[in-house]
Amino acid sequence: MKKLQLFLTTALLLALPNLALAAEIKANKTITITFFLIIIGITLSVVVWSAKRTKTAADFYAAGGGITGTQNGWAIAGDYMSAASFLGISGMISLYGYDGFMYSVGWLVAYITVLLVVAEPCRNAGKYTLGDILSFRTQPKPVRAVCALSVVAVSTFYLTAQMVGAGKLMALLVGFSYTFSIVGVGILMVGYVVFGGMTATTWVQIIKAGLLMSGAFLISILVGYKAGFNPIGFFSDIVNNPNIQDHVSKMLLKDGIQISGEAAGQRFLEPGLFLKNPLDQISLGMALVLGTAGMPHILMRFFTVPTAQAARKSVIIAMWIIGGFYVLTTLLGFGAAIHVTPQGVTAVDKGGNMATLILAQQLGADIAPIVGDIFLAFLCSVAFATILAVVSGLVLAASAAIAHDIYVNVIKDGHADQHEQVMAARITSLVVGAMGIVIGIAAEKQNVAHLVALAFAVASSGNLPVVVLSLFWRRMNTAGVICGLVVGTVVSIGLVMVSPNMTYPQNIANGAKKTIEAMEKKIAAGETLNEKDAKALDQAKKDFAANDGGTSILGLKAPIFPLKNPGILSIPIGFMAAILGALAFREKRAEEMFDEIYVRQNTGIGMAKAIDH
Amino acid sequence: MAQTYDWAAIAKNPKFIELHHRKQRFLFGWWAFSTVYYFLLPIGAAYATDLFKIKLLGNVNFGYLFALSQFFVSWGLAHYYAHVANKDFDRLTREVVSEFVK
Repeated sequence: MKKLQLFLTTALLLALPNLALAAEIKANKTITITFFLIIIGITLSVVVWSAKRTKTAADFYAAGGGITGTQNGWAIAGDYMSAASFLGISGMISLYGYDGFMYSVGWLVAYITVLLVVAEPCRNAGKYTLGDILSFRTQPKPVRAVCALSVVAVSTFYLTAQMVGAGKLMALLVGFSYTFSIVGVGILMVGYVVFGGMTATTWVQIIKAGLLMSGAFLISILVGYKAGFNPIGFFSDIVNNPNIQDHVSKMLLKDGIQISGEAAGQRFLEPGLFLKNPLDQISLGMALVLGTAGMPHILMRFFTVPTAQAARKSVIIAMWIIGGFYVLTTLLGFGAAIHVTPQGVTAVDKGGNMATLILAQQLGADIAPIVGDIFLAFLCSVAFATILAVVSGLVLAASAAIAHDIYVNVIKDGHADQHEQVMAARITSLVVGAMGIVIGIAAEKQNVAHLVALAFAVASSGNLPVVVLSLFWRRMNTAGVICGLVVGTVVSIGLVMVSPNMTYPQNIANGAKKTIEAMEKKIAAGETLNEKDAKALDQAKKDFAANDGGTSILGLKAPIFPLKNPGILSIPIGFMAAILGALAFREKRAEEMFDEIYVRQNTGIGMAKAIDH
Repeated sequence: MAQTYDWAAIAKNPKFIELHHRKQRFLFGWWAFSTVYYFLLPIGAAYATDLFKIKLLGNVNFGYLFALSQFFVSWGLAHYYAHVANKDFDRLTREVVSEFVK
């Protein structure tokens, strides 16, 4: 026991110099802002160009159906890969190795469901929104209203997470204030959507995907060059890296496992350093595989292409880009582990989110200091473009649900001329965007990580079951859609609210108590606390006092549902609710119209009507 | 005014039924395959750790190659689907459409 304590103290002391240096990463402001201005300039000229082409509702929501399969493929990739996957996954690989790579796989496999189940049917049977498909053979008003609520919920969760991330990232990287960043991103996103509609959003997403791929490719080439373009040698560099070995030993020591040297390095390439609960992993996988196909902003992209063949081609291109990006991410993550070292990564950001950026700066600086600054500035602007592209797609999806489903089809009974429809769409986008900015600012101090899990949970448990059943099951009807959407959404939100994602003050208090005990032990042993320890003790005492006996938002001391991702339970419940609802309230008309939707979704007959309408 | 169609008649058309059967078999079968193959990854990572640890190429182990294979299986399946759809499904669709859309 004493030996272990001695070891821990030594480890702590050895780690101190690193901590004391608590590095930070600051981009060169002039170069970075120049890059930002170039991106803003290019995207705004795209907006001016597309604004002239946005005259009808079909132009606004679906770019007039005039996007090609290849363009749409790049746009899907641009819509999908958020800053979290750009920075987060490579960071996860740089700290936890294999688990980060494994985590990325589900994000690609999700597109098999999109390709095989929803892309072409949605193109053939849909018009502008999810609501169009779901209301096809049901009573349109209640279905559209409920569907719009679910779409707005999913988009808001995702948008809030993105906005908060954007604010923090810009503050950390460029030193803009949080509020300034959110307002700036918000104004641009509203500008793209309001003036340029789907055409501008598509091109912003294409530009972003292009930038993201070139950034990832450039850094990967440098990492590969350092390893002599020898993949086997690259992996032995990882295993033999003393910093990685040390990092893994320390992580495992917490679980009471002692390994060191090459064995520890090899362990970095094996699963289980981060993702410790397989059930949670499977649940997340289910939410990804089924949720991506239920994401309104992804589904909406299939209404922009003219034919089912173009929809098919766009998914395949998107899969190459997304998959290729994640394969490059492996190189970036492992590259950061070798060259920046896990200790260097955590010194800047505990979660590892800055790994790729530090790596870019460092590899560039090896060539010349100014090159490092340029690389970092370039990647910061890639992150900036990434945020803009993702939030624009979300605002467009949410405002389409409100303007097209609720205003035009529920309130105005479908009787609105083109001018009125486009006006409604623009005003709604403005309002949705403004709400996004307000929520983003208000949520600064909130824990938003669970919101992405929530968005995928609702999309997979609420939206996907009703979409699939509407397209493929004769007996699906109004009651089925409403039950499925409501139950799937409510159960997902409910389970996340009682899951370990929420903040449980008692846990914080317990953690603080441990720190206090450790420090008091030191004092009792006659040690005098250094400044850092004294501060930690102070903070721990405050945390303990503030949180002891406290409960989560729902008044819980500890989570009731053990998993972070509710999919494994909420998806079957969503399907069951939709099926039982449909069977309980049979609807003759919906069953009679099945032939029509089934023929349409398979053949595209009658589709021209859907575009011209 | 757009043309109206006798949807029930199209649905009973033998060519449409053939299209429907072929698509259903292909889509469901391969979707199930890809899903099962994907879930082998988290399940294997949790319960087949000894298998995942086996070194195959230098320090590269089975687990790593299996995770990497997921990418190639997904890409391969996507192209296989496109191949079949472009060849068979689209041809059948065109035949159905030409019979009913004037």
